[in-house]
Amino acid sequence: MDAEAAKLIGAGLAAIGAGVAALGVGNVFGSFLESALRNPGAADGQQGRLFIGFAAAELLGLLAFVVAMILIFVA
Amino acid sequence: MAEPGKIDPMHQFAIEPLFGTEQLAVGGYNIAFTNSALWMVITVVVLWVFMLGGMKRDLVPGRWQAAVESMTGFIAKLTDDNIGKGGRKYVPYIFSLFMFILFANLLGLLPIGIFGLHPFTFTSHFTVTGVLAILSFSIVLIVGFWKHGLHFFSLFVPQGTPLWLIWLIPIIEFVSFMVRPFSLGLRLFVAMIAGHILLKVLAGFVINASAAGVVPGLGVGIPSFALMVGISALEILVAGIQAYVFALLTSLYIHDAEHLH
Repeated sequence: MDAEAAKLIGAGLAAIGAGVAALGVGNVFGSFLESALRNPGAADGQQGRLFIGFAAAELLGLLAFVVAMILIFVA
Repeated sequence: MAEPGKIDPMHQFAIEPLFGTEQLAVGGYNIAFTNSALWMVITVVVLWVFMLGGMKRDLVPGRWQAAVESMTGFIAKLTDDNIGKGGRKYVPYIFSLFMFILFANLLGLLPIGIFGLHPFTFTSHFTVTGVLAILSFSIVLIVGFWKHGLHFFSLFVPQGTPLWLIWLIPIIEFVSFMVRPFSLGLRLFVAMIAGHILLKVLAGFVINASAAGVVPGLGVGIPSFALMVGISALEILVAGIQAYVFALLTSLYIHDAEHLH
């Protein structure tokens, strides 16, 4: 396998990370909604924490994207 | 069958000097006026017009004033919730940051390509978002050391750390502290770049499929176009969320500097 093909396969594998981050983001919003429906009064106060969790989960997916981009365009 | 066009989704991020300023240099550094700079100027002008139009002091606000007031009120609430005491003095900074990023993201999504103009999203460049992140990080460092002096380092030892972990926790806290400017800038620029690449790739599908004939045009082109409309709506949402997350994380980091956990 030549180096170019290996890079592209690596970039494709990095896309798995984006998919797993989708699980993480879905989990953040899903759990929030679940508990917000149990206690709607407390939900609005937790919106900041919701987005902190979202940002943390999303960042890891975006890192997978960065890895793919580096493999395709830089390495 | 027409020759399929080559899809080049990265071309939209190319920085080009405008108005013949390629050779403009000061002290050996090229300071050409690029399309990135042009869109920064456009963003600032639009933001200026938006703010000047709404900064009246009518007792009963009109529509425009209500729009501006809801934005300032939103950021004021953000700082109150996340910085707490002493947070109001950061409202100007966080408000400017939020509105600048929000307007930049939204202006970069303008569909003015049909008039032959090309919107440029300068928040899709790490040089820009990195500088914004460094600005936030410097404010945290300056405020932290100004207010607490060397006591600021107690940030790395959270209260209630067990004694047998005292060698490990500061290292982890230090790494997570130093990674902040990178993650802050990286998140915004990658989210923007990923959305724009996705839109360009789908647009390439539509063009190539409709050029290839009726069957691929109907079978591939129309579903791709429908997906593009949906993704565009998602991108507007992402533009807002990313600006909000940037402002939110900045205010959280400032909270650490103000109150040390």
